[in-house]
Parts: sequence; C-alpha cells; structure tokens
Amino acid sequence: MNEQKSPLRGLVRPVLVSAAFFMGLTGLAYPLAVTGIAHLLFPHQAHGSLVERGGAVVGSEVLGQAFTAPAYFHPRPSLTADAPYNAAASGASNLGPTNRKLIEAVTERVAAYRRENGLADDVQVPVDAVTASASGLDPDISLANAYLQAARVARSRHLPEARVRELVGRSAASHQFGVLGEPRVNVLQLNAALDALPAQ
Amino acid sequence: MMMNLMQFGVLIACMTALVVPMGWWLARVFTGVPHGLPERWTYRLLGIDPDEEMGWARYAMALLLSNAAMMLLGYLLLRLQGVLPLNPLGIPAQAPDLAFNTAASFVTNTNWQAYSGESSLSNFNQMAAITFLMMVSAATGLAGVAAFIRGLARASARSVGNFWVDLTRALYRVLLPSCVLVALIYVWQGIPQTLDTEAIATTLEGARQQILLGPVASLESIKHIGTNGGGFFGMNAAHPFENPTPLTNALHILCMLLVPSALTYAFGSMLLRRRQGWVFFAAFLVMFVGFLSVVYTAEQAGNPALARAGADQSLLATQSGGNMEGKEVRFGIAGTSLFVATTTAATTGSVDAMHDSLVPLGGAVPLSEMMLNCVFGGKGVGFINLIQYAILSVFLVGMMIGRSPEFLGKKIEAREVKLTMLAVLAHPFSILGFTALAVLWPGTAASLNNAGPHGFSEILYAYTSGTANNGSAFAGLNANTPFFNTTIGLAMLAGRYLTLLPMLAVAGSLAAKRTQAAHEGTLDTATPTFAVLLLFVVLIVGGLTFLPALALGPIVEHLDMLAGRLL
Repeated sequence: MNEQKSPLRGLVRPVLVSAAFFMGLTGLAYPLAVTGIAHLLFPHQAHGSLVERGGAVVGSEVLGQAFTAPAYFHPRPSLTADAPYNAAASGASNLGPTNRKLIEAVTERVAAYRRENGLADDVQVPVDAVTASASGLDPDISLANAYLQAARVARSRHLPEARVRELVGRSAASHQFGVLGEPRVNVLQLNAALDALPAQ
Repeated sequence: MMMNLMQFGVLIACMTALVVPMGWWLARVFTGVPHGLPERWTYRLLGIDPDEEMGWARYAMALLLSNAAMMLLGYLLLRLQGVLPLNPLGIPAQAPDLAFNTAASFVTNTNWQAYSGESSLSNFNQMAAITFLMMVSAATGLAGVAAFIRGLARASARSVGNFWVDLTRALYRVLLPSCVLVALIYVWQGIPQTLDTEAIATTLEGARQQILLGPVASLESIKHIGTNGGGFFGMNAAHPFENPTPLTNALHILCMLLVPSALTYAFGSMLLRRRQGWVFFAAFLVMFVGFLSVVYTAEQAGNPALARAGADQSLLATQSGGNMEGKEVRFGIAGTSLFVATTTAATTGSVDAMHDSLVPLGGAVPLSEMMLNCVFGGKGVGFINLIQYAILSVFLVGMMIGRSPEFLGKKIEAREVKLTMLAVLAHPFSILGFTALAVLWPGTAASLNNAGPHGFSEILYAYTSGTANNGSAFAGLNANTPFFNTTIGLAMLAGRYLTLLPMLAVAGSLAAKRTQAAHEGTLDTATPTFAVLLLFVVLIVGGLTFLPALALGPIVEHLDMLAGRLL
C-alpha cells in the first residue's frame, strides 16, 4: 500500500500539461494522420466523392441536388435554408406529427405530385416523395417513387417508358450486403445516366 | 418485414459477438501492470508517477481538474476562432454563452450543439476543439468506470487506481487505434477527410452548389466510439457526408454499443464474477430490444394524418413506407429505428433522423431511454447507473425479506445508500427542475417550433438530453438563447458530475470494506431472478419519477394524433 497523498498535491503540472499535450495529440496529430492515410488510400472519397462531367464538377455522388425540369427525376422535398439542396446548410422541418403546418405542406405536395405525373386524385403517393428528408440533402428516392415518375420523364424526353423504367431498375441499389438499409435510386446518378442515353 | 427483422438480428448478433473480445481487452487495459513505451514518455512529460495509487477523492480531484483545464482550453479555442488558422471562410468566434455551452457540452461527453457546424466552426476547431474534447471526454468516462469497477473489486483497500494512467491507456490502447481504423473504413464508404473547406459544383440543371468539406471521418469515428454524438454538420449523422451508406449507419450503431456492452464483460472479468457481468448484459439487452420494438412499430405504422393527406406509408418491396418525415431513404424505418434506440441507449446523441418529427410514441422512446439512462449507457456512465440501480435493488429487496443488504460480497450500509440516492435523485431533479423553470420563463414560447404537447416535449427533451449527457435534440427548439445555453450547460455539468462523483465515493467506500464469503442469507445477484428484480426497480423508479412529465408530452400527443387533432 503506497502512502496516500493529499487530494490536491502534485496535480497542477499534469492537469495543465495533459490538456495541452492531449489537445496536440488527439486534436491535431490524429486527424492529420488520418487525412494523410485517407488521401493515399481513397483520394476520391476523401475529397467528397465529386462527380465530374466534361472536366467540370457537377455534384457529389453522396449528396442530393435540386431537379425541377420534367425531363429529370425529382428528388425528395428539401427544407435547407435559402434554397432546396443547399449543401452549405443542411436542415429539416422539425415539425411534429400533429403540426398543422406539416400536414398542410404534405397535402400540397401530394396534389403537386399527382398533377406533375398525371395521376388520378385517389392514387396514394409514395411517402418519401411528399415528406422532407432529415438532412435536406437526401440523394435517394424509393423505387416506388422513381417508377411513378418514369412516365413523365419518358414523355418529356420522347423515350419509350419501358426504356426509362429499365434504366431505373439498372440504377437501383439493393440492400447493402443483402441485409442493410433499403433499396433506393440515387437521383443524380439516374439523371446523369438519362442524359448519357443516345438521342432517339 | 422479414428483411427488417433480419437487419435487427444481424446487428444485435454482431454487437454480442464483440462483447467478449472487447471486454477482455478492456479488462487487460485497466488491470495490466507493464506500461508501454509511449505511455512512459507521456508520464514523464506529465511529471507523474504511474505507480502512485490514488484514493477515490484524489482520483476524483484529478479527473475534475483535468476536465476543467480541458474545458477552458476548448473554450479559448472557440473564442479565438477568428485568429486561428484553417478558416478560409472567415467564420467568426462563438459568443461567450455559446462557447461556454459548447465547451461544457463536449467535455461532459454530452455533445449538445446549440450551433450548426457548417456555419459556426472552422476546420481547425472541428479538430483542435471538438475532436480533442470528444477524445478526452470519452477517455475520462472510461477512466471513471475503471476506477469504479476497481473499487467494487478491491477489498480492504484505500485506492481505486491512477487517473493519469487510466486516461492515457484509454486513449492509447482503446480509442486512438480503433478510431484510426474505423475512420478509414468511413472514408472508403464516402465520408470526406480533407483540410479543404469547400468544392463548388454546377448541378445538371446549372445551379451553383457549394459543397462544404473537412476532416469529417476522424471526427465521426470518435463521435461514435466515444459515444459523443456531436455532428460535423448541423443535421448530424443524417447528413450524407456523415453517414453515406447503410454500412456506415450499421457501423455507427456498432461503434456506439462497442464499449458500453463490453464493459459488462470487463466488469465480470475484473471481479472474477463473469456470471454477474452476463446478468447485467442481459438486463441491458432486454431493455434495448423492448425500446427498439416500440420505436420500430410506431414509426412503421406511420402517421394517420399523412395517410389522410394522400401519402402511401405501406411497407412494400419498392419502399420502406412508414413516417418518412425527417428521415433518409437509404436507412428507411428499420435502420432509423435501430439508430434512434441506440443513440439514446448509449448516450451518444448523434441522430440519423430528426427526432422532433418522430410519431409521439416513437419520440417517447429516446426520451424514456435517457430518463432511465441505464440502457447500456455511454462510456461507462450507463454502467455506473445500472450499478447504482443494482445497489438500490439489493437494498430494497434486503428490506423486503429482512436481510442485511450485500452486493458483490460487500455490506451496503447507510453511507452507500445515501450516496446512491444522491446520484439517483440528481438526475430527475435536474431534468424536471429545469423543465419547470423553462416552462415558466417568459420568452420560452418564442424558441418553440411546435405548439401544444409537442412544444412541451421539445423543452423536456432538451433538459433530459442535457442531464443524461446525450446531446440529441428535438431540434426544432431554438436553444441558442442565453437562457437555454446557460441552463442546459448547467444541466449537463450536473448530470455528469453529480452522478460520477457520488458513485466514485461509493466505489471508494466499498473498496475499503472487507469482502465477505457468501452465506445462507446472501441474496445471489448473479441470477435471472435478480435481473428481473433489477429491471423492475429501474422501470418503477424511472417510471414513477417521469411518467407525469411523459403524460403531458408524448402521451397526450399520441391521443391527439389518433383523434386526428392538429395544432
């Protein structure tokens, strides 16, 4: 049994030095070392998985972006500050389930979705198409949502609908490792693939 | 449905499989004698004797003072942001009340954020202030639980270990190596890790998109392994750069549960009472699965008001359905429910969905888990809380059957019960007291994003999250006001130290006692019966304290929702 020291003796130096030293180690050395290794192993992802077309950056594989033209598939509603899909200010509605504002917004989005896609008034719209995502930057939509938009996209591009539906199927991601997450379509990749189709 | 249940099964199996190896490693870290070379260098730099054995009071003093110095350093970094490097966007320093709140939040492992990372922190401070405080607060929590378990394990001893050794070993042998490994997996999956601040894209429709970047992966890994929870970006682990794939979502969940679940095994090993460790693990698991089922069922059933508005919430092969407001498609309902149940169980507080938009019973799950604060629990605190309930259980049961209460071979006497009750009561006192104060405070209504019972839930959630050192939020609440910054900051400090310090004192007082051999009158605490008793005590003490508050918030709102009443 060592001799017991009084609670305070000899604590000043380790208290001060540990704060400064561990700040340098865990706050600077550690993240900088990871940055170095990441740039060697995965330079593309480390820099934001940017998508380039013709030498220009058009977005990031993992971030959503706004699409409003009928010839493109539309992403989920986004409530980021200033404009939808503002990647400098992620944001959500934070409206509770019994908030009138939420239900009114969804009702309006349902009507707009039916109008844009020429659907009857009693067609139930996939829930992801009319609710705002958590980040405001959700890159994906559900397959149900994509298939309902296929006819509109095909019409505005003068393509056979089957061709567009086939493209949706090919762009879809399934459960990761067969079990994790949900089947989905990345909207930017799907729209880029549409643009890359040879003209009819 | 099958797929969702399989996903739950796979993740729970992975967590359970990691309990033994990680628990074995933790026990070795906290009991091994030899010091590694980098550790010896560090001790020399700190000017400490690694073989000094500290009594609980000295240990607690070292813990408290070092945390105070780290918090002060973090505060200074936040206040000096304007003149520090790596800030090309010229983000100004945080105001004093916000910087106090942030530093208190990160040093207590709470990670409540009254600011949004994108607009309030430079990449330098994301590393030097935030990543640093995340690392050391996690290491502090581990050190605290190591001392606590030693106190329970030792007999007739006056010491509980050496704080500096525990802190250094937690960093060098557990946190840093695992964080580097996990961060690299994260980068592979698409989480950025760069010193660049931004990339400018021109979208397919010709709009300008400013994409913010930074050292995200290295923050993300300690955020979850350290059960910290503070996000690099405002929307936390819902942001695709923090959580790009279902795999990163699953890894986040496993990282959060890694240490808390393994502590049960480490505890069993260090006390040579492995069965006792498994009894605690089973108690944790039962509560976790129970809460997971509630949130999953509620969210998958969805919101009747959305259905009336024309949204299809059914679960199909082509969509996850359910209440998708404030959720991300790649996680769906199942991945989100797992995350919700985990982040408040492991007191992490990161979110991959907006808790404010959960249906009422779904939102009641994270609230209840934080109120009980002992479903796994983050970085040792949850484990200490469970022991606190265990001591309470042997005391109550001992009184009922007329035996003198013993726990782990130590007599439980007035001093231990008083200290335990202090820790048990500090938690609801802080939550309910501050909530009541905030409700009465003029101007609170202006901070609310939702009216009626949901607005009350926003306030209740804020103080529960702060006191439980969780950090998640019903984020509609605008908490960046001097009143909320200060009171939530105080709630975080109260929640952390008013639990940790009394329980360290209990450990110190138990360490000083002789261990008695089990005898006829001993209540065996390593049995399923005791696990059930323990669960009852947790639910009754927790339930009775908080039920009235829950009734005013989520329960009323649930009835409103069923009745189709909107506010």
